[in-house]
Amino acid sequence: MLKKKEDEVGMTLPSFLWLLIFFAIPLAIILTFAFKPSDFYGGIGKGWTLANFKKVLELSYLIIIWRTIWISLSTTLICLSLALPTAYFLVRTSSRVQQLCLLLIILPFWSSFLIRIFAWKTLLHPEGFFKQFLVFLHLVPKDAVLLYNTGAVLLVMIYSYLPFAILPIYTASLKFRFELCEAAMDLGATRLQAFVKIFIPSIKKGILIALLMVFIPAMGSYIIPDIVGGVNNDMIGNRIAQRTFVNRDLPEASALSLILAMIVIIPMGGILLIQMHSSRQKKNKRRGA
Amino acid sequence: MKRSWFPLCVTVAVLVFFYLPILMLFITSFNETKFSGVWSGPSLKWYKALLNNPPLWEAVRNSLWIGTSASILATLLGTSAAFALYQYKTWLQKIHYGLIYTPLIIPDILMGMSLLVFFIAIYFPLGLTTIFIAHTTFCISYVTFVVFARLQSFDVSLVEAAQDLGANRWQLWWKIRIPFLLPAIISGALLSFTLSIDDFVITFFVAGPGATTLPLYVYGMMKFGSAPLINALSVILLLFTFAIILCAQWLTSSREKK
Repeated sequence: MLKKKEDEVGMTLPSFLWLLIFFAIPLAIILTFAFKPSDFYGGIGKGWTLANFKKVLELSYLIIIWRTIWISLSTTLICLSLALPTAYFLVRTSSRVQQLCLLLIILPFWSSFLIRIFAWKTLLHPEGFFKQFLVFLHLVPKDAVLLYNTGAVLLVMIYSYLPFAILPIYTASLKFRFELCEAAMDLGATRLQAFVKIFIPSIKKGILIALLMVFIPAMGSYIIPDIVGGVNNDMIGNRIAQRTFVNRDLPEASALSLILAMIVIIPMGGILLIQMHSSRQKKNKRRGA
Repeated sequence: MKRSWFPLCVTVAVLVFFYLPILMLFITSFNETKFSGVWSGPSLKWYKALLNNPPLWEAVRNSLWIGTSASILATLLGTSAAFALYQYKTWLQKIHYGLIYTPLIIPDILMGMSLLVFFIAIYFPLGLTTIFIAHTTFCISYVTFVVFARLQSFDVSLVEAAQDLGANRWQLWWKIRIPFLLPAIISGALLSFTLSIDDFVITFFVAGPGATTLPLYVYGMMKFGSAPLINALSVILLLFTFAIILCAQWLTSSREKK
């Protein structure tokens, strides 16, 4: 076996250095820029300041931060509640149908992200066939606006992130033994009780992964509100881009990025800690028994 | 046990939800007029207009160049990283592991923003080179992920047997390890290529004026261009990716049958 120290260094250094230079150091620079003043020419001023954070914690920003959080949370919840029954159906059906459905679920998501968002713009277009069809069915009034509002942003976010919820839950459910549900129902549980009390707890890990896979990219959304959202649907991502490209205020954009990172990292760290704690407890229990 | 109809209904609804916008895109792209609500007969005129569009083809060329070069470099770096993580359990590998996996879990926009700030801080001119660097950076993690997963099922006794039979170090690499990992390396490279070709957010931040990739061009068209033209372009791109995926699916399933 190759176990020599030089070999380890030789295999580690290329990727290690690359990621150190182009990933870790850039993140550290954001951290420092967030505490720097900006100068008049769109550059970085001298000295240190907390002004960027004061700006970022003003009411107009807090509204945007709050909007980002609740849209991401709603997206996550709706994705999970759609993904659970879908994953359940996939594992229970015949393997032919299963393969076909999986392919159908994955297929659109290998295609361009932008194009899928644009497809929704075509679909929800005020003069589009779909709108005319809905009006024809009397489902929406003639003057309803389907695009450029919170509903459209939420809809397209769900559309974009749903597969990331379905796949981990499906993978976790593959190992589930459905005899357990049948046993519960023989003992008098209703179908819903068996689903909630037996099925869901045993695929907890898959649900957790699905939750993170939807919530994290949702928090960082930028193009979706940009293309299908209106003037009042900006999320943190849009503000970061505006401060960077329109106002050329890099310190403020850095402070916003830092806040976004915090909102993503804190719940994730919490979840990981709970996970580590519960697995340690399990180990201790096993040792005790 | 009688099955509930509810999961089936949800699954069907989800599939309709996935394909409804794509279907509409197909229909409108063949529409003669500019306005999506009026059907004035089938037409290929928007497809013809695409052919006469030099900036579009330049963007395609850039995308292909960056996709190819970034995925090759990321595959080299990622494969070697996976080996290091698999073979050594030192403190160095713990930090290495952190460096590899954090890019997977932070939002795109953070990565784009941080790279932009970095290039500005070191006065590096933005352009195709910075896009190439950014793409390589986010692809490494995916390649490592795929190759590392395959290494988990690697049988070390193969290497030991080859050593006993007199194989030298190069032979161990080229005749044992690489052939075993080849499927994972190829899928890592393909994944990188697709991610690179499709990336918009990170590219948008590090591109700078003048350098355009296909997603940047499509975005520009969406914001300022004519809708039917984008419809037609989207349909071509969708058909292209669908064909590749179906081919890959067909290849793997026919290999499994053997």
